[in-house]
Amino acid sequence: MTERTVEILEDSDRFVFPWQLAIPNTYPAGVVGSKFLIELRDNKKIKGIKCPECNQVYVPPRSTCKYCFGELSELVDVSDKGTLVTYAVSYEPTPVQPVEGTPVIYGIVKLDGADTGFVHMLGEVDPKQLEIGMRVKAVFKTKKKRVASILDIKYFKPLKI
Amino acid sequence: MAERVGIVAVAQTKYQPNRDEVNAGELVWETIEPVMKEAGVRFTNDDGDGDIESIVTCSQDFWDGMTISSMGVMSFTGGHHATEDKIAEDSLNALFAAYAQILSGHFDMVLVSTHTKESMGDRSIIESAAFDPVMMRPLGLDFFIAAALQARRYMDKYGVTAEQFAKVAVKNRGNGMKNPVAQEPMNITVEDVLKSKMLVDPIHQLDTKPISDGSIAMILAREEKAKKLTNKPIWITGVSNCYETHYLGDRDLAECDALVTAARRAYKMAGITLPAKEIDIAEIADEYSYQELLWMEGLGLCGRGEAGRLIDAGVTQIGGKLPVNTSGGMLSGNPNVVAGMARVAESVLQLRGEAGERQVPGASVALAHGTTGACGAHQCVMTLSNK
Ligand SMILES: [Zn+2]
Repeated sequence: MTERTVEILEDSDRFVFPWQLAIPNTYPAGVVGSKFLIELRDNKKIKGIKCPECNQVYVPPRSTCKYCFGELSELVDVSDKGTLVTYAVSYEPTPVQPVEGTPVIYGIVKLDGADTGFVHMLGEVDPKQLEIGMRVKAVFKTKKKRVASILDIKYFKPLKI
Repeated sequence: MAERVGIVAVAQTKYQPNRDEVNAGELVWETIEPVMKEAGVRFTNDDGDGDIESIVTCSQDFWDGMTISSMGVMSFTGGHHATEDKIAEDSLNALFAAYAQILSGHFDMVLVSTHTKESMGDRSIIESAAFDPVMMRPLGLDFFIAAALQARRYMDKYGVTAEQFAKVAVKNRGNGMKNPVAQEPMNITVEDVLKSKMLVDPIHQLDTKPISDGSIAMILAREEKAKKLTNKPIWITGVSNCYETHYLGDRDLAECDALVTAARRAYKMAGITLPAKEIDIAEIADEYSYQELLWMEGLGLCGRGEAGRLIDAGVTQIGGKLPVNTSGGMLSGNPNVVAGMARVAESVLQLRGEAGERQVPGASVALAHGTTGACGAHQCVMTLSNK
Protein backbone atom coordinates (compact mmCIF):
# COMPACT_ATOMS: atom_id res chain seq x y z
CA MET A 1 0.00 0.00 0.00
CA THR A 2 3.04 2.24 0.23
CA GLU A 3 3.27 4.58 -2.74
CA ARG A 4 6.58 4.01 -4.51
CA THR A 5 7.50 7.19 -6.30
CA VAL A 6 10.34 7.73 -8.70
CA GLU A 7 10.93 11.18 -7.18
CA ILE A 8 12.55 9.82 -4.05
CA LEU A 9 15.17 8.26 -6.22
CA GLU A 10 15.67 11.19 -8.57
CA ASP A 11 16.02 13.62 -5.70
CA SER A 12 18.73 11.61 -3.99
CA ASP A 13 21.86 9.70 -4.82
CA ARG A 14 20.26 6.38 -3.89
CA PHE A 15 19.21 3.80 -6.38
CA VAL A 16 16.75 0.96 -6.25
CA PHE A 17 16.62 -1.56 -9.06
CA PRO A 18 13.24 -2.91 -10.17
CA TRP A 19 13.37 -6.58 -11.09
CA GLN A 20 10.59 -8.96 -11.93
CA LEU A 21 11.50 -12.59 -11.39
CA ALA A 22 9.60 -14.85 -13.77
CA ILE A 23 9.74 -18.41 -12.47
CA PRO A 24 8.01 -21.01 -14.64
CA ASN A 25 6.63 -23.94 -12.65
CA THR A 26 4.29 -26.84 -13.23
CA TYR A 27 2.20 -28.14 -10.35
CA PRO A 28 0.78 -31.67 -10.49
CA ALA A 29 -2.87 -31.75 -9.40
CA GLY A 30 -2.43 -35.36 -8.24
CA VAL A 31 -4.57 -38.35 -9.17
CA VAL A 32 -7.76 -37.47 -7.29
CA GLY A 33 -7.25 -33.75 -7.85
CA SER A 34 -7.06 -34.38 -11.59
CA LYS A 35 -10.24 -36.47 -11.52
CA PHE A 36 -11.98 -33.61 -9.70
CA LEU A 37 -10.87 -31.11 -12.37
CA ILE A 38 -11.91 -33.42 -15.21
CA GLU A 39 -15.39 -33.75 -13.69
CA LEU A 40 -15.69 -29.97 -13.49
CA ARG A 41 -14.66 -29.64 -17.12
CA ASP A 42 -16.59 -32.51 -18.69
CA ASN A 43 -19.68 -32.92 -16.54
CA LYS A 44 -20.10 -29.76 -14.44
CA LYS A 45 -19.97 -32.06 -11.43
CA ILE A 46 -18.27 -31.38 -8.11
CA LYS A 47 -16.60 -34.46 -6.69
CA GLY A 48 -15.65 -35.09 -3.10
CA ILE A 49 -13.72 -37.95 -1.61
CA LYS A 50 -14.87 -40.08 1.27
CA CYS A 51 -12.93 -41.50 4.18
CA PRO A 52 -15.00 -44.58 5.11
CA GLU A 53 -13.01 -44.88 8.35
CA CYS A 54 -13.87 -41.37 9.59
CA ASN A 55 -17.08 -40.93 7.61
CA GLN A 56 -15.84 -37.62 6.20
CA VAL A 57 -16.38 -36.24 2.70
CA TYR A 58 -13.63 -33.85 1.62
CA VAL A 59 -14.00 -31.29 -1.16
CA PRO A 60 -11.84 -30.81 -3.16
CA PRO A 61 -10.69 -34.44 -2.99
CA ARG A 62 -7.28 -35.24 -1.59
CA SER A 63 -5.57 -38.60 -1.36
CA THR A 64 -5.05 -38.70 2.42
CA CYS A 65 -7.48 -38.29 5.31
CA LYS A 66 -6.40 -35.55 7.70
CA TYR A 67 -7.69 -37.51 10.69
CA CYS A 68 -6.64 -41.13 10.15
CA PHE A 69 -4.06 -40.53 7.39
CA GLY A 70 -5.64 -43.41 5.47
CA GLU A 71 -5.31 -43.45 1.69
CA LEU A 72 -8.52 -42.22 0.08
CA SER A 73 -9.93 -43.36 -3.26
CA GLU A 74 -13.73 -43.30 -2.98
CA LEU A 75 -14.83 -40.33 -5.08
CA VAL A 76 -18.43 -39.28 -4.42
CA ASP A 77 -20.76 -36.71 -5.95
CA VAL A 78 -21.50 -33.68 -3.85
CA SER A 79 -24.14 -31.12 -4.70
CA ASP A 80 -23.51 -27.95 -6.66
CA LYS A 81 -25.65 -26.23 -4.03
CA GLY A 82 -24.64 -25.34 -0.54
CA THR A 83 -24.71 -22.96 2.40
CA LEU A 84 -22.51 -19.89 2.78
CA VAL A 85 -20.21 -20.28 5.81
CA THR A 86 -18.39 -16.95 5.51
CA TYR A 87 -17.59 -14.28 2.94
CA ALA A 88 -15.29 -11.35 2.23
CA VAL A 89 -15.79 -8.42 -0.11
CA SER A 90 -12.56 -7.12 -1.62
CA TYR A 91 -12.89 -3.50 -2.74
CA GLU A 92 -9.21 -2.97 -3.49
CA PRO A 93 -8.00 -4.37 -6.80
CA THR A 94 -5.10 -6.82 -6.44
CA PRO A 95 -2.57 -7.94 -9.05
CA VAL A 96 -3.62 -11.57 -8.52
CA GLN A 97 -7.40 -11.39 -8.79
CA PRO A 98 -8.71 -13.62 -11.60
CA VAL A 99 -11.56 -11.36 -12.66
CA GLU A 100 -11.82 -7.77 -13.84
CA GLY A 101 -12.99 -4.99 -11.57
CA THR A 102 -14.05 -4.75 -7.94
CA PRO A 103 -15.56 -5.71 -5.66
CA VAL A 104 -14.43 -9.31 -5.85
CA ILE A 105 -16.46 -11.39 -3.43
CA TYR A 106 -15.01 -14.51 -1.85
CA GLY A 107 -16.88 -17.13 0.08
CA ILE A 108 -16.59 -20.51 1.74
CA VAL A 109 -19.52 -22.75 0.87
CA LYS A 110 -20.48 -25.95 2.66
CA LEU A 111 -21.77 -27.98 -0.29
CA ASP A 112 -24.62 -30.39 0.40
CA GLY A 113 -23.07 -33.81 0.95
CA ALA A 114 -19.66 -32.47 1.96
CA ASP A 115 -18.13 -32.18 5.41
CA THR A 116 -15.65 -29.44 4.50
CA GLY A 117 -16.09 -25.94 3.12
CA PHE A 118 -15.35 -25.09 -0.50
CA VAL A 119 -13.43 -21.88 -1.17
CA HIS A 120 -14.51 -19.85 -4.18
CA MET A 121 -15.97 -16.57 -5.39
CA LEU A 122 -19.54 -15.29 -5.25
CA GLY A 123 -21.35 -13.49 -8.06
CA GLU A 124 -24.71 -12.14 -9.20
CA VAL A 125 -25.21 -10.72 -5.72
CA ASP A 126 -25.18 -7.27 -4.15
CA PRO A 127 -22.65 -7.30 -1.28
CA LYS A 128 -25.35 -5.81 0.95
CA GLN A 129 -27.49 -8.89 0.42
CA LEU A 130 -24.82 -11.31 1.53
CA GLU A 131 -25.71 -13.28 4.58
CA ILE A 132 -24.04 -16.18 6.31
CA GLY A 133 -26.29 -19.21 5.99
CA MET A 134 -27.68 -18.15 2.62
CA ARG A 135 -28.14 -20.86 0.02
CA VAL A 136 -25.94 -20.63 -3.06
CA LYS A 137 -25.42 -22.59 -6.27
CA ALA A 138 -22.39 -23.06 -8.52
CA VAL A 139 -22.38 -21.27 -11.87
CA PHE A 140 -20.15 -22.98 -14.40
CA LYS A 141 -18.41 -21.42 -17.36
CA THR A 142 -19.62 -22.47 -20.79
CA LYS A 143 -18.26 -25.78 -22.11
CA LYS A 144 -15.87 -24.00 -24.47
CA LYS A 145 -14.28 -22.06 -21.64
CA ARG A 146 -13.88 -24.97 -19.23
CA VAL A 147 -10.28 -26.14 -19.13
CA ALA A 148 -10.12 -28.40 -16.04
CA SER A 149 -9.43 -25.59 -13.60
CA ILE A 150 -10.96 -24.53 -10.29
CA LEU A 151 -12.04 -21.50 -12.32
CA ASP A 152 -14.28 -23.73 -14.50
CA ILE A 153 -16.72 -22.75 -11.77
CA LYS A 154 -17.31 -19.05 -12.42
CA TYR A 155 -18.66 -18.35 -8.96
CA PHE A 156 -21.53 -19.25 -6.64
CA LYS A 157 -24.76 -17.26 -6.86
CA PRO A 158 -27.67 -16.99 -4.46
CA LEU A 159 -30.22 -19.73 -4.90
CA LYS A 160 -33.64 -18.20 -5.41
CA ILE A 161 -36.22 -20.24 -3.54
CA MET B 1 13.74 -28.35 32.66
CA ALA B 2 17.06 -28.16 34.49
CA GLU B 3 19.02 -25.91 32.17
CA ARG B 4 17.78 -22.49 31.17
CA VAL B 5 18.33 -20.26 28.17
CA GLY B 6 18.36 -16.50 28.56
CA ILE B 7 18.02 -13.56 26.18
CA VAL B 8 20.98 -11.36 26.99
CA ALA B 9 20.81 -8.62 24.35
CA VAL B 10 18.10 -7.15 22.13
CA ALA B 11 18.03 -4.48 19.44
CA GLN B 12 15.34 -3.45 16.99
CA THR B 13 15.30 -0.78 14.31
CA LYS B 14 12.73 1.93 14.28
CA TYR B 15 10.05 0.54 11.99
CA GLN B 16 9.67 2.64 8.88
CA PRO B 17 7.68 2.46 5.69
CA ASN B 18 10.38 2.62 3.04
CA ARG B 19 14.06 2.21 3.89
CA ASP B 20 15.30 2.70 0.34
CA GLU B 21 18.61 4.08 1.63
CA VAL B 22 19.80 0.71 2.97
CA ASN B 23 19.94 -2.78 1.49
CA ALA B 24 18.80 -5.81 3.49
CA GLY B 25 22.29 -6.50 4.84
CA GLU B 26 22.77 -2.94 6.00
CA LEU B 27 19.36 -3.05 7.66
CA VAL B 28 20.38 -6.23 9.48
CA TRP B 29 23.69 -4.71 10.64
CA GLU B 30 21.78 -1.85 12.29
CA THR B 31 20.64 -4.31 14.96
CA ILE B 32 23.48 -6.85 14.97
CA GLU B 33 26.13 -4.26 15.82
CA PRO B 34 24.31 -3.00 18.95
CA VAL B 35 23.60 -6.49 20.37
CA MET B 36 27.23 -7.53 19.86
CA LYS B 37 28.29 -4.40 21.74
CA GLU B 38 25.67 -4.86 24.46
CA ALA B 39 26.78 -8.42 25.13
CA GLY B 40 30.46 -7.70 24.50
CA VAL B 41 30.85 -10.62 22.10
CA ARG B 42 32.52 -10.99 18.72
CA PHE B 43 32.74 -13.01 15.52
CA THR B 44 35.93 -14.99 15.00
CA ASN B 45 36.72 -18.46 13.76
CA ASP B 46 38.58 -19.28 16.99
CA ASP B 47 35.56 -20.64 18.89
CA GLY B 48 36.75 -18.79 21.98
CA ASP B 49 34.74 -17.91 25.05
CA GLY B 50 33.40 -14.60 23.72
CA ASP B 51 32.59 -15.87 20.24
CA ILE B 52 29.22 -16.23 18.63
CA GLU B 53 29.13 -19.93 17.76
CA SER B 54 25.93 -20.07 15.80
CA ILE B 55 23.67 -17.67 13.99
CA VAL B 56 20.02 -18.31 13.21
CA THR B 57 18.61 -15.96 10.59
CA CYS B 58 15.00 -15.46 9.67
CA SER B 59 13.77 -13.91 6.45
CA GLN B 60 11.34 -14.76 3.70
CA ASP B 61 12.74 -15.30 0.21
CA PHE B 62 9.79 -13.80 -1.66
CA TRP B 63 9.92 -10.58 0.37
CA ASP B 64 13.66 -10.39 -0.28
CA GLY B 65 13.17 -11.29 -3.95
CA MET B 66 16.03 -13.72 -3.57
CA THR B 67 16.41 -17.47 -3.23
CA ILE B 68 18.08 -18.42 0.08
CA SER B 69 17.68 -14.86 1.36
CA SER B 70 20.07 -15.49 4.26
CA MET B 71 22.89 -15.47 1.70
CA GLY B 72 22.08 -11.89 0.79
CA VAL B 73 22.77 -10.71 4.31
CA MET B 74 25.48 -13.24 5.20
CA SER B 75 28.43 -10.86 5.32
CA PHE B 76 26.54 -8.84 7.95
CA THR B 77 25.20 -11.70 10.07
CA GLY B 78 28.57 -13.33 10.64
CA GLY B 79 27.54 -16.57 8.99
CA HIS B 80 31.08 -16.83 7.61
CA HIS B 81 32.37 -17.16 11.17
CA ALA B 82 29.76 -19.44 12.70
CA THR B 83 27.26 -22.20 12.12
CA GLU B 84 24.35 -20.71 10.17
CA ASP B 85 20.73 -21.82 9.86
CA LYS B 86 17.79 -20.03 8.33
CA ILE B 87 14.16 -20.15 9.41
CA ALA B 88 11.53 -19.08 6.89
CA GLU B 89 8.47 -18.69 9.10
CA ASP B 90 7.73 -15.98 11.63
CA SER B 91 10.90 -15.08 13.54
CA LEU B 92 9.54 -16.37 16.86
CA ASN B 93 10.40 -19.78 15.38
CA ALA B 94 14.00 -18.61 14.90
CA LEU B 95 14.22 -17.99 18.64
CA PHE B 96 12.72 -21.44 19.19
CA ALA B 97 15.46 -22.94 16.98
CA ALA B 98 18.24 -21.01 18.75
CA TYR B 99 16.84 -22.06 22.13
CA ALA B 100 16.85 -25.71 21.02
CA GLN B 101 20.41 -25.39 19.70
CA ILE B 102 21.59 -24.27 23.12
CA LEU B 103 19.61 -26.91 25.01
CA SER B 104 21.00 -29.56 22.66
CA GLY B 105 24.41 -28.85 24.14
CA HIS B 106 25.97 -27.85 20.82
CA PHE B 107 26.31 -24.15 21.57
CA ASP B 108 26.54 -21.81 24.54
CA MET B 109 25.66 -18.64 22.69
CA VAL B 110 23.59 -18.01 19.56
CA LEU B 111 22.83 -14.84 17.62
CA VAL B 112 19.38 -14.53 16.08
CA SER B 113 18.74 -12.00 13.32
CA THR B 114 15.56 -11.27 11.40
CA HIS B 115 14.68 -8.74 8.75
CA THR B 116 12.01 -7.90 6.21
CA LYS B 117 11.80 -4.96 3.86
CA GLU B 118 8.17 -5.13 2.85
CA SER B 119 8.73 -2.08 0.69
CA MET B 120 10.78 -4.26 -1.68
CA GLY B 121 7.88 -6.48 -2.74
CA ASP B 122 4.19 -6.73 -3.45
CA ARG B 123 2.26 -8.14 -0.50
CA SER B 124 -0.63 -9.56 -2.47
CA ILE B 125 1.54 -11.40 -5.02
CA ILE B 126 3.84 -12.80 -2.34
CA GLU B 127 0.98 -14.02 -0.15
CA SER B 128 -0.93 -15.44 -3.09
CA ALA B 129 2.06 -17.65 -3.88
CA ALA B 130 1.65 -19.34 -0.48
CA PHE B 131 -1.64 -20.96 -1.50
CA ASP B 132 -2.15 -24.39 -3.03
CA PRO B 133 -1.55 -23.64 -6.73
CA VAL B 134 -4.34 -25.86 -8.07
CA MET B 135 -7.31 -25.39 -5.75
CA MET B 136 -6.81 -21.98 -4.11
CA ARG B 137 -4.18 -19.80 -5.81
CA PRO B 138 -6.10 -19.37 -9.11
CA LEU B 139 -8.88 -17.70 -7.11
CA GLY B 140 -6.60 -14.76 -6.31
CA LEU B 141 -6.60 -15.30 -2.55
CA ASP B 142 -4.09 -13.45 -0.45
CA PHE B 143 -3.72 -13.34 3.35
CA PHE B 144 -5.77 -10.13 3.57
CA ILE B 145 -8.76 -11.67 1.81
CA ALA B 146 -8.33 -14.83 3.88
CA ALA B 147 -8.23 -12.68 7.04
CA ALA B 148 -11.51 -11.05 6.04
CA LEU B 149 -13.10 -14.50 5.62
CA GLN B 150 -11.87 -15.37 9.11
CA ALA B 151 -12.99 -12.08 10.67
CA ARG B 152 -16.50 -12.48 9.23
CA ARG B 153 -16.79 -16.04 10.46
CA TYR B 154 -15.53 -15.02 13.94
CA MET B 155 -18.10 -12.20 14.10
CA ASP B 156 -20.88 -14.51 13.04
CA LYS B 157 -20.05 -17.37 15.37
CA TYR B 158 -19.26 -15.43 18.53
CA GLY B 159 -21.07 -12.13 18.05
CA VAL B 160 -17.87 -10.08 18.12
CA THR B 161 -18.40 -6.68 16.47
CA ALA B 162 -16.62 -4.28 14.11
CA GLU B 163 -16.56 -1.78 17.02
CA GLN B 164 -14.67 -4.26 19.17
CA PHE B 165 -12.14 -4.84 16.37
CA ALA B 166 -11.80 -1.06 16.03
CA LYS B 167 -11.11 -0.77 19.77
CA VAL B 168 -8.06 -3.00 19.30
CA ALA B 169 -6.78 -0.69 16.55
CA VAL B 170 -7.36 2.36 18.75
CA LYS B 171 -5.64 0.79 21.78
CA ASN B 172 -2.61 -0.50 19.92
CA ARG B 173 -1.95 2.58 17.81
CA GLY B 174 -2.37 4.58 21.01
CA ASN B 175 0.19 2.40 22.81
CA GLY B 176 2.47 3.00 19.86
CA MET B 177 2.52 6.69 20.83
CA LYS B 178 4.61 5.63 23.81
CA ASN B 179 7.01 3.45 21.83
CA PRO B 180 9.88 5.29 20.13
CA VAL B 181 10.35 2.52 17.51
CA ALA B 182 6.68 2.41 16.44
CA GLN B 183 6.13 3.34 12.82
CA GLU B 184 2.60 4.67 12.75
CA PRO B 185 1.38 5.54 16.23
CA MET B 186 -1.93 7.39 16.26
CA ASN B 187 -4.39 8.98 18.60
CA ILE B 188 -7.61 7.82 16.99
CA THR B 189 -11.16 6.93 17.91
CA VAL B 190 -13.34 3.93 17.16
CA GLU B 191 -15.23 6.16 14.75
CA ASP B 192 -12.01 6.99 12.87
CA VAL B 193 -11.39 3.29 12.35
CA LEU B 194 -14.95 2.55 11.24
CA LYS B 195 -14.93 5.53 8.87
CA SER B 196 -11.56 4.62 7.35
CA LYS B 197 -11.67 3.06 3.92
CA MET B 198 -13.26 -0.39 3.73
CA LEU B 199 -10.55 -2.45 2.04
CA VAL B 200 -11.77 -6.02 2.34
CA ASP B 201 -15.09 -6.09 4.17
CA PRO B 202 -15.17 -6.42 7.20
CA ILE B 203 -11.61 -5.03 7.48
CA HIS B 204 -11.01 -1.26 7.27
CA GLN B 205 -7.77 0.51 6.46
CA LEU B 206 -7.11 1.27 10.15
CA ASP B 207 -7.82 -2.37 11.09
CA THR B 208 -4.61 -3.28 9.23
CA LYS B 209 -0.94 -2.59 9.63
CA PRO B 210 1.10 -0.35 7.35
CA ILE B 211 3.82 -1.64 5.00
CA SER B 212 6.96 -1.73 7.11
CA ASP B 213 10.71 -2.29 6.97
CA GLY B 214 12.83 -3.33 9.93
CA SER B 215 15.23 -5.75 11.57
CA ILE B 216 15.80 -7.23 15.03
CA ALA B 217 18.74 -9.03 16.58
CA MET B 218 19.00 -10.93 19.85
CA ILE B 219 21.67 -12.94 21.61
CA LEU B 220 20.68 -16.06 23.52
CA ALA B 221 22.96 -17.89 25.93
CA ARG B 222 23.05 -20.85 28.26
CA GLU B 223 22.19 -19.88 31.86
CA GLU B 224 25.68 -19.72 33.27
CA LYS B 225 26.94 -17.69 30.35
CA ALA B 226 23.86 -15.48 30.25
CA LYS B 227 24.45 -14.43 33.86
CA LYS B 228 28.02 -13.45 32.98
CA LEU B 229 26.95 -11.39 29.98
CA THR B 230 24.15 -9.38 31.60
CA ASN B 231 22.64 -8.70 34.99
CA LYS B 232 19.16 -8.69 33.44
CA PRO B 233 18.79 -11.97 31.54
CA ILE B 234 15.25 -12.77 30.42
CA TRP B 235 14.53 -16.49 30.49
CA ILE B 236 12.61 -18.42 27.87
CA THR B 237 10.40 -20.62 30.03
CA GLY B 238 8.19 -22.29 27.43
CA VAL B 239 7.84 -22.46 23.66
CA SER B 240 5.92 -24.47 21.09
CA ASN B 241 4.36 -24.21 17.66
CA CYS B 242 1.74 -25.98 15.57
CA TYR B 243 0.19 -25.90 12.09
CA GLU B 244 -3.38 -25.74 10.84
CA THR B 245 -4.40 -27.79 7.81
CA HIS B 246 -3.81 -25.82 4.62
CA TYR B 247 -7.10 -25.82 2.73
CA LEU B 248 -9.13 -22.96 4.21
CA GLY B 249 -12.40 -24.83 3.76
CA ASP B 250 -11.19 -27.63 6.03
CA ARG B 251 -11.07 -25.27 8.99
CA ASP B 252 -13.67 -23.56 11.09
CA LEU B 253 -11.99 -20.18 10.76
CA ALA B 254 -13.56 -18.96 14.02
CA GLU B 255 -11.45 -21.55 15.82
CA CYS B 256 -7.69 -21.67 16.13
CA ASP B 257 -6.83 -25.25 17.03
CA ALA B 258 -3.12 -24.94 16.19
CA LEU B 259 -2.79 -22.01 18.56
CA VAL B 260 -4.61 -23.86 21.32
CA THR B 261 -2.18 -26.77 20.91
CA ALA B 262 0.94 -24.57 20.73
CA ALA B 263 -0.16 -22.60 23.81
CA ARG B 264 -0.98 -25.72 25.82
CA ARG B 265 2.47 -27.16 25.15
CA ALA B 266 4.28 -23.89 25.91
CA TYR B 267 2.35 -23.40 29.17
CA LYS B 268 3.08 -26.97 30.21
CA MET B 269 6.82 -26.38 29.74
CA ALA B 270 6.59 -23.15 31.71
CA GLY B 271 4.44 -24.67 34.46
CA ILE B 272 1.68 -22.16 33.74
CA THR B 273 -1.76 -23.48 34.65
CA LEU B 274 -3.82 -20.27 34.74
CA PRO B 275 -2.45 -18.18 31.87
CA ALA B 276 -4.77 -15.19 32.37
CA LYS B 277 -3.65 -14.89 35.99
CA GLU B 278 -0.02 -15.86 35.72
CA ILE B 279 0.88 -13.80 32.64
CA ASP B 280 1.51 -10.10 33.29
CA ILE B 281 1.76 -8.84 29.72
CA ALA B 282 1.00 -10.40 26.34
CA GLU B 283 2.34 -9.43 22.94
CA ILE B 284 0.07 -10.95 20.30
CA ALA B 285 0.38 -10.82 16.50
CA ASP B 286 -2.23 -8.28 15.37
CA GLU B 287 -1.69 -7.83 11.66
CA TYR B 288 -5.45 -7.35 11.54
CA SER B 289 -7.29 -5.96 14.55
CA TYR B 290 -9.68 -8.93 14.92
CA GLN B 291 -6.68 -11.24 15.33
CA GLU B 292 -5.70 -9.87 18.73
CA LEU B 293 -9.11 -10.93 20.05
CA LEU B 294 -9.25 -14.30 18.32
CA TRP B 295 -5.69 -15.21 19.27
CA MET B 296 -6.34 -14.17 22.91
CA GLU B 297 -9.03 -16.82 22.96
CA GLY B 298 -6.77 -19.40 21.30
CA LEU B 299 -4.07 -18.57 23.83
CA GLY B 300 -6.50 -19.37 26.64
CA LEU B 301 -6.34 -15.83 28.06
CA CYS B 302 -10.14 -15.89 28.12
CA GLY B 303 -12.98 -18.18 27.06
CA ARG B 304 -14.21 -18.56 23.48
CA GLY B 305 -16.06 -15.47 22.33
CA GLU B 306 -15.05 -13.50 25.44
CA ALA B 307 -12.20 -11.37 24.08
CA GLY B 308 -14.63 -8.75 22.76
CA ARG B 309 -15.92 -8.18 26.27
CA LEU B 310 -12.36 -7.83 27.60
CA ILE B 311 -11.52 -5.08 25.10
CA ASP B 312 -14.80 -3.35 26.01
CA ALA B 313 -13.88 -3.51 29.70
CA GLY B 314 -10.38 -2.12 29.13
CA VAL B 315 -8.73 -5.23 30.58
CA THR B 316 -6.07 -5.27 27.85
CA GLN B 317 -5.09 -1.59 28.07
CA ILE B 318 -1.91 -0.44 29.77
CA GLY B 319 -3.18 -0.16 33.33
CA GLY B 320 -5.65 -3.01 32.83
CA LYS B 321 -5.37 -6.45 34.39
CA LEU B 322 -3.73 -8.00 31.33
CA PRO B 323 -2.11 -5.42 29.05
CA VAL B 324 -1.87 -6.69 25.47
CA ASN B 325 0.48 -5.19 22.89
CA THR B 326 1.95 -2.42 25.00
CA SER B 327 4.42 -2.00 22.11
CA GLY B 328 1.67 -0.81 19.80
CA GLY B 329 1.64 -4.19 18.10
CA MET B 330 1.90 -4.91 14.40
CA LEU B 331 -0.89 -2.38 13.87
CA SER B 332 1.59 0.37 14.77
CA GLY B 333 3.91 -1.04 12.12
CA ASN B 334 6.05 -4.19 12.17
CA PRO B 335 7.09 -6.11 9.08
CA ASN B 336 5.88 -9.65 8.57
CA VAL B 337 8.41 -12.30 9.69
CA VAL B 338 10.09 -9.74 12.01
CA ALA B 339 6.81 -9.41 13.91
CA GLY B 340 7.28 -12.39 16.25
CA MET B 341 10.65 -11.20 17.50
CA ALA B 342 9.19 -7.71 17.87
CA ARG B 343 6.75 -9.28 20.33
CA VAL B 344 9.70 -10.74 22.24
CA ALA B 345 11.67 -7.48 22.08
CA GLU B 346 8.81 -5.70 23.83
CA SER B 347 8.48 -8.55 26.34
CA VAL B 348 12.18 -8.28 27.19
CA LEU B 349 11.94 -4.50 27.64
CA GLN B 350 8.90 -4.89 29.89
CA LEU B 351 10.47 -7.66 31.97
CA ARG B 352 13.68 -5.66 32.36
CA GLY B 353 11.65 -2.63 33.44
CA GLU B 354 12.96 -0.67 30.47
CA ALA B 355 9.71 0.04 28.62
CA GLY B 356 9.65 3.72 29.50
CA GLU B 357 6.29 5.47 29.45
CA ARG B 358 4.47 2.25 28.64
CA GLN B 359 6.09 0.19 31.43
CA VAL B 360 3.75 -2.18 33.22
CA PRO B 361 4.93 -2.00 36.86
CA GLY B 362 6.26 -5.26 38.21
CA ALA B 363 5.80 -7.23 34.97
CA SER B 364 7.62 -10.51 35.42
CA VAL B 365 5.94 -13.06 33.13
CA ALA B 366 5.33 -12.30 29.45
CA LEU B 367 3.72 -14.12 26.57
CA ALA B 368 4.88 -13.60 22.98
CA HIS B 369 2.98 -14.89 19.97
CA GLY B 370 3.86 -15.08 16.31
CA THR B 371 2.02 -16.43 13.31
CA THR B 372 2.76 -17.24 9.69
CA GLY B 373 0.46 -17.69 6.72
CA ALA B 374 -3.25 -17.31 6.01
CA CYS B 375 -5.62 -17.06 8.99
CA GLY B 376 -2.98 -18.05 11.54
CA ALA B 377 -1.87 -21.10 9.56
CA HIS B 378 1.23 -21.59 11.69
CA GLN B 379 1.20 -20.52 15.32
CA CYS B 380 4.13 -20.09 17.70
CA VAL B 381 3.90 -19.29 21.40
CA MET B 382 6.67 -18.38 23.83
CA THR B 383 6.61 -17.54 27.52
CA LEU B 384 9.32 -15.48 29.19
CA SER B 385 10.23 -14.60 32.74
CA ASN B 386 12.69 -12.33 34.53
CA LYS B 387 12.94 -14.72 37.48
ZN1 LIG C 1 -10.02 -40.91 7.95
